[in-house]
Amino acid sequence: MSEDPRLVRLTVNGVEHAAEAEPRLLLSDFLRHRLGLTGTHVGCEHGVCGACTVLVDGAPTRACLMFAVQAEGSSVTTIEGLAPDGDALHPVQQAFHEQHAMQCGFCTPGFVLSTVALLEEKPDADDDELLDALSGNLCRCTGYRNIIAAARQAREGMKAGE
Amino acid sequence: MKPARFAYEAPTELEAALALLSDDLVDARVIAGGQSLVPMMNFRLAVPELLVDLNRIAALRYVRVDGGTLRIGAGARQAELLRDPAIEAGWPLLTAGVRHIGHPQIRSRGTVCGSLAHHDPVAELPALAVALDATMTVAGPSGRRRIPAADFFVSYYESDVQPGEILVEAAFPPVEADTGWGFAEIARRRGDFALVGAAGLVRAGADGRVAAARLVLFGVAERPLRATAAEQALVGSDGGEDVLARVRELVAEAVDPVADGHATAEYRREAAAHLAAEVAADAWGRTR
Repeated sequence: MSEDPRLVRLTVNGVEHAAEAEPRLLLSDFLRHRLGLTGTHVGCEHGVCGACTVLVDGAPTRACLMFAVQAEGSSVTTIEGLAPDGDALHPVQQAFHEQHAMQCGFCTPGFVLSTVALLEEKPDADDDELLDALSGNLCRCTGYRNIIAAARQAREGMKAGE
Repeated sequence: MKPARFAYEAPTELEAALALLSDDLVDARVIAGGQSLVPMMNFRLAVPELLVDLNRIAALRYVRVDGGTLRIGAGARQAELLRDPAIEAGWPLLTAGVRHIGHPQIRSRGTVCGSLAHHDPVAELPALAVALDATMTVAGPSGRRRIPAADFFVSYYESDVQPGEILVEAAFPPVEADTGWGFAEIARRRGDFALVGAAGLVRAGADGRVAAARLVLFGVAERPLRATAAEQALVGSDGGEDVLARVRELVAEAVDPVADGHATAEYRREAAAHLAAEVAADAWGRTR
């Protein structure tokens, strides 16, 4: 029984990583401070705002409500993993760009990953499911209309196989 | 905010988890989904010395229908219930209620058993367990206990899981034929905890009248509340507007909610009365 740091091995955006974490280190802080992946934003740090949403083994997850040690052996996708080469954007990112679905941009990584998670599980999600999927993310600029428009565009685009 | 220091163990066997919980001098907490516990730890409302993580215990990760009974192990996520059409077909009240839990990000990690053991009195699952007559199985140092939902929820954030024990399974018996369901809650925003909610089951008899009814309210008491007088009024009735008006009266008389920063007691009473009648009407409508 130990509070000491231990080695956490996991795959992030397809790359294997191993880094030390004491048990109390949140996955969000592990990604940002141990791995330098600062695209995962930390807003409320108690599971309300959704800014830190990442995919853990494909499932949308609040990285502030999970300890890094719990992610041992997992495969995590962060916003950095959606367009790894930096040239072609992921269809969801492209839709957010085209619909101007961001103002300050702080909440954007979480919204994008929530949208990706939904459309990967349910490419034919209806509007109600889309709103449910986005309801766990808050935009303090209140730019929801364009975010929803972008999510709809991404749905149509991914259906069409773009 | 950041949690205080704690020790962490993730055993792969239930027996090892129970052994870790057996030391009375260590303030240990069980974690599965962590969607209630981690916020409490981030706020340092919970400061356990040891976290015992159930997520590596493969034997607890199951959702299966077994002889007509739905069995949900302690490792099963809430979202898993929504992916299996057989669960929706057999227990539509359960899946309808689970859709109201938080957001997809919460349901993909939060567990059914975790929510039941945590027993937030405004959470959906405890009320659903009471409405659907679930049985909880708790493992402890001296073996297993089975506890009906009616006795499992004790008071605010308190269930019958004792120190040293782990809730390992929730079992939902088959719903009788000709039974309809209703579920409704009032929350400020989608995904918020409910201010008040109601779950109902109504069974139609061969005579076209209500043969059995079960109405459970949450957010109005320290635990899910059966509206027994309203249930009795429904039985034998035609499920029409007269009996629904009586349901509203009886529920308003039966509940004694408390006020808080979110709603007054009077608001909760009125909401409970209306939601009870709404779910009774919906349930009756779904019998036909």
